[in-house]
Amino acid sequence: MARHHVTATVNGDPVEFLCETQQTLLEVLRDELRLTGTKEGCGTGDCGACTVTVDGRLVCSCLVLGVEARGKSIQTIEGMQTGKELHPLQRKFLEHAALQCGICTPGILIAARSLLERNPDPTEEEVRYWLAGNLCRCTGYHKVVEAVLDAARELRGG
Amino acid sequence: MSEMRYEAPETLAAAVALLSGAKGRARVLAGGTDLLIQMRAGRIEPELLVDIKGIPEMTSIVAENGGYRVGAAVTCMELVEHSAFAQAWPGVTDGVKLIGSIQVKGRATVGGNLCNASPAADSVPAMMAAGAVVRIVGPDGTREAPVEDIPTGPGKTSLARNEIVASFLLPPRPRHSGDAYLRFTPRTEMDIAVVGAGVNLSLDDRGICTRARIALCAVAERAVLVPDAAAVLIGTPVDGAALDRLAAAASAACRPIDDKRGTKAFRIQVAGVIARRAAEIALHRARRLS
Repeated sequence: MARHHVTATVNGDPVEFLCETQQTLLEVLRDELRLTGTKEGCGTGDCGACTVTVDGRLVCSCLVLGVEARGKSIQTIEGMQTGKELHPLQRKFLEHAALQCGICTPGILIAARSLLERNPDPTEEEVRYWLAGNLCRCTGYHKVVEAVLDAARELRGG
Repeated sequence: MSEMRYEAPETLAAAVALLSGAKGRARVLAGGTDLLIQMRAGRIEPELLVDIKGIPEMTSIVAENGGYRVGAAVTCMELVEHSAFAQAWPGVTDGVKLIGSIQVKGRATVGGNLCNASPAADSVPAMMAAGAVVRIVGPDGTREAPVEDIPTGPGKTSLARNEIVASFLLPPRPRHSGDAYLRFTPRTEMDIAVVGAGVNLSLDDRGICTRARIALCAVAERAVLVPDAAAVLIGTPVDGAALDRLAAAASAACRPIDDKRGTKAFRIQVAGVIARRAAEIALHRARRLS
């Protein structure tokens, strides 16, 4: 009873793992599935470093139990590029130097992609509000916002 | 590591039976945005988690008798994205929108915001002002209670340990009604209310206020309904004089604490200001909405 057998989909691939009730999805991703692109910052849902999507919904994976992932579809930073080709958001983050230490970057990229899926042409204000749950202690956000707006332009074909 | 059980029942009856049968401490798991933090901090160590997100009536938003029934496990994002609900109850939507980041709102639920019983919970004054009634399911069946009867103090509710808040009923509203929720915080996002105010009012065809409900949060040990602040609006066109009396009544109802987010004196003054501004927004919406 102590350990739960969970099957789910991560980045389109079927996965299965065993977890304790109190193990978070973040711990499962990093420690059981060895997908260490998703980072742990605060562990209390304040910083957004562990952001992933669960059935398309943006969440902090530190606030989700591994056992709750049963039957769900999870997207992490490891699934963002296509083959060897970076997602436009990833490329624009490099071009705009929108990262320094990089701990917040996977979470910001996942959150930004979620925004652009819902709103392909966000204003700067909309980008800043949407990313309010992703803390970055290095960049001051300006380059992050510029990179997201530039990626949005490219994705719209402009 | 102690063994913690996890169950995900598909009916309310099964969930209540699990809570009733727990040998140790059992907790309902909805969005988990408060519960997982409490567990991680070691503040609680439940023997059983009952995940209620697989119970259909707790996760749906349906029209009912001209109003809306909102499942207690509906996430904040689902409610905010429900455009018909947002149009009917913009003030409730104001409050729900302020609960944490997009990520937190993707998990946090309206029932959890109520049952976590934070005195500063943003959706609670808006729900109280709206006159929302919760349906509670327990071992003896179903009962109903106004939202204001649920929180009793920080982290404490009037619920029995094997009772579950299943849903909220937002009643139908007369024409010319509007509601609003406003809070004061030093930052616009990712913050906790220093003071919050929910206002819901209805006007007659001449613009005279016929019904009003006003609630405050973060100014007492729980969110509170302020009938005195509502009463001064009735029979008035909600003009400057009426709003002055509303502000005074709202301030008079406060019994806040000093803490790092604000002093007693500051909260008492700001409660009047915020309640007045929320009433002005509610009035504007009531005039616009037919």
